[in-house]
Amino acid sequence: MIGWKIFYLLVFPGLLFTGVLGLIVGWVDRKLSARLQFRVGPPFFQNFNDFLKLLGKETIIVKDSIKSVFVATPLAAFGFLVLISTMIGLALFFHEGFVGDLFVIMYLLMIFSVLVILGGSSTGNVYSSIGSGREIKLLLADELAFILICLIPIIKSGYQIQLKNILEVQSVQGPFISSVSGAIAFVIGILCIQAKMTLPPFHIPEAETEIVGGPYMEYSGPLLAFWQLNHYMMFVIYPFLLIALFLGGFDLHGIGILWAVLKYLLIIVIMILIKNTNPRIRIDTALNFFWRYATPISFIGIILAVFGV
Amino acid sequence: MIANSIPIGPFHPLLEEAEYFELKVDGETVVDIDMEIGWMHRGHEFISEMKTFTQSIYLVERICGICSTSHPIACVHAIEDIDNIEIPIRAKYIRTLVGELERIHSHLLWLGLAGHFIGYDTLWMWVWRYREPVLQMFEIISGNRNHYGMMRIGGVAKDVDPASIPDLAKIFDMLGKKMAMLAGAVKDDPVLRSRLKGVGVLSYDDAVAYCATGPTSRASGVRGDVRKDESTDAYGLVEFDEIVLPNGDVYDKLVLRVLEVIESVKICRQCLEKLKEIKGPILNDVKEISPGEGIGRYEAPRGEVFHYIRSDGSNRPIRHKVRAPSFVNIPTYTASCKGIPVADVLITLASIDPCYCCTERSLKVVNKENDPCLIDLLKISREKTERIRREINGSK
Repeated sequence: MIGWKIFYLLVFPGLLFTGVLGLIVGWVDRKLSARLQFRVGPPFFQNFNDFLKLLGKETIIVKDSIKSVFVATPLAAFGFLVLISTMIGLALFFHEGFVGDLFVIMYLLMIFSVLVILGGSSTGNVYSSIGSGREIKLLLADELAFILICLIPIIKSGYQIQLKNILEVQSVQGPFISSVSGAIAFVIGILCIQAKMTLPPFHIPEAETEIVGGPYMEYSGPLLAFWQLNHYMMFVIYPFLLIALFLGGFDLHGIGILWAVLKYLLIIVIMILIKNTNPRIRIDTALNFFWRYATPISFIGIILAVFGV
Repeated sequence: MIANSIPIGPFHPLLEEAEYFELKVDGETVVDIDMEIGWMHRGHEFISEMKTFTQSIYLVERICGICSTSHPIACVHAIEDIDNIEIPIRAKYIRTLVGELERIHSHLLWLGLAGHFIGYDTLWMWVWRYREPVLQMFEIISGNRNHYGMMRIGGVAKDVDPASIPDLAKIFDMLGKKMAMLAGAVKDDPVLRSRLKGVGVLSYDDAVAYCATGPTSRASGVRGDVRKDESTDAYGLVEFDEIVLPNGDVYDKLVLRVLEVIESVKICRQCLEKLKEIKGPILNDVKEISPGEGIGRYEAPRGEVFHYIRSDGSNRPIRHKVRAPSFVNIPTYTASCKGIPVADVLITLASIDPCYCCTERSLKVVNKENDPCLIDLLKISREKTERIRREINGSK
């Protein structure tokens, strides 16, 4: 029994599966972005090569930094992401889980942002501290909208707080995206993901032409490799979460495999298209957008969900 | 840690060249900006005084990689001004053609970089894709993509091959269409508009007070274009409009550059038509330059570039002075960058299309004991102005 748990955590659907799939999807992102911009794009193994090469590089630890925090944050963030991916994957592929696992996932996803903030502010660099400040503001902006849209499937499934049960309700009733409130939540969810992954137009904390990478500026070598791997792993975690909450999960029998791949690609392609057609917005515009538009719309979605629309 | 000053440079992804800006910030709002130039100084004026006139033209071409024909044009204007040398009519059209092609490629380069600076890499790549044919045209005309070596005293170095004119016209047709599409896209794009509208405003009064030139001043509603004012080369012989926009924000500067590109395509097409008809020499032989001094002005993509050359009758300039447009445009940051967020300041810094290589000069202030001393340069300058004014009044 304990052997299976370790297998879930380290191989499938945890560390190895999420890491490899993340790097592959990262390649899809880079390749598709490049084709949209009339470039050739990187070869298939580029992300793997980048990761392995960075592992062999020297780690430079900044003299003025708080060393333990500086080193611990990328590794801790990696650990949390492995945990999250295991939980989501268990619900999606094996229909397992525990009561309240959705809440735990939401908490852990927020801890990831907190770790980015900690890592950035531990370096003592001006750009990193500005980037961390922006990350805090962005977290404040998108977090409430994200929590609200996660509540909509809970309400629609008859107040189930377990991913497995939400998926079961969807397999009976059909995916939640077919209802009005579900569709609203899905759209807001994609925008929240864009902000949580700091993809354009919400790459405000990193903003390489302004603050030179923000929180990640001082990182090098293996630590930077882990930050990049974390970024690519989120390409798996967030779409899987959306699929579980709104698109009815995966049915891995026969034609269902094709549907599963299509669902995943749909979300990825929407994210890449948004990423490539928008300039970086200002942090006040982002706050304005989430607090003035996205959050109220999510509230409306919740009210609609309560009335069963 | 809350920082109260953000260094931009000397080496920073925003800057292609080394330059230093210090932003004094309150949270994310910039309250003051300090500029420091001189990181790229190479002593071009001094080197030019050791070269012959013909060599100086090639030297000033290397001042900047982007306006690499504006400096030679201004330089040959200055040398021709000493002896009032006339150039053949065909050479005039070729000079204008090369100068305007450079404006197209420089503005497109800026447009792409502006896209990159606001995190819009797709715009960057698309615009640079359309810039590529312009460089191919340079290759057809001069044989080179970046440093063309076309300018000579009394004309141009290389004729435009009549056989290549249909090819060039075809590329201009394509470019005209794409630029019209780009202008439409930039004007209608709600995302770009909301990001850049009202950002980094340089008011009409500030533009006048800081003596801004080129697109920087024209986007603030100030008229002034050397091409219209002096009509050197073929500019008096072709039809084109001077674009002036009223608002002075980054969005207007962006739209102004796109519209200028369309005007430039128009000028180039007219030049090509004329080159089909006009035959004749392209170079007047100039044996020697007599003693005297001359000035040359040209509307570079970034504004007015000014060259002053003094000759003592030998084969080399004894004084060569260059004033590049960015030198007067950079101080406008003091007016346009205060009180706006850091994210906006960075695109405002880029909005004047600064060219630091052109701008760089070094200055050593010494007192009578030859010790370096830091005196307020503004004070010295004002004292000198006062002194000259007193002398003029006294002589009356």
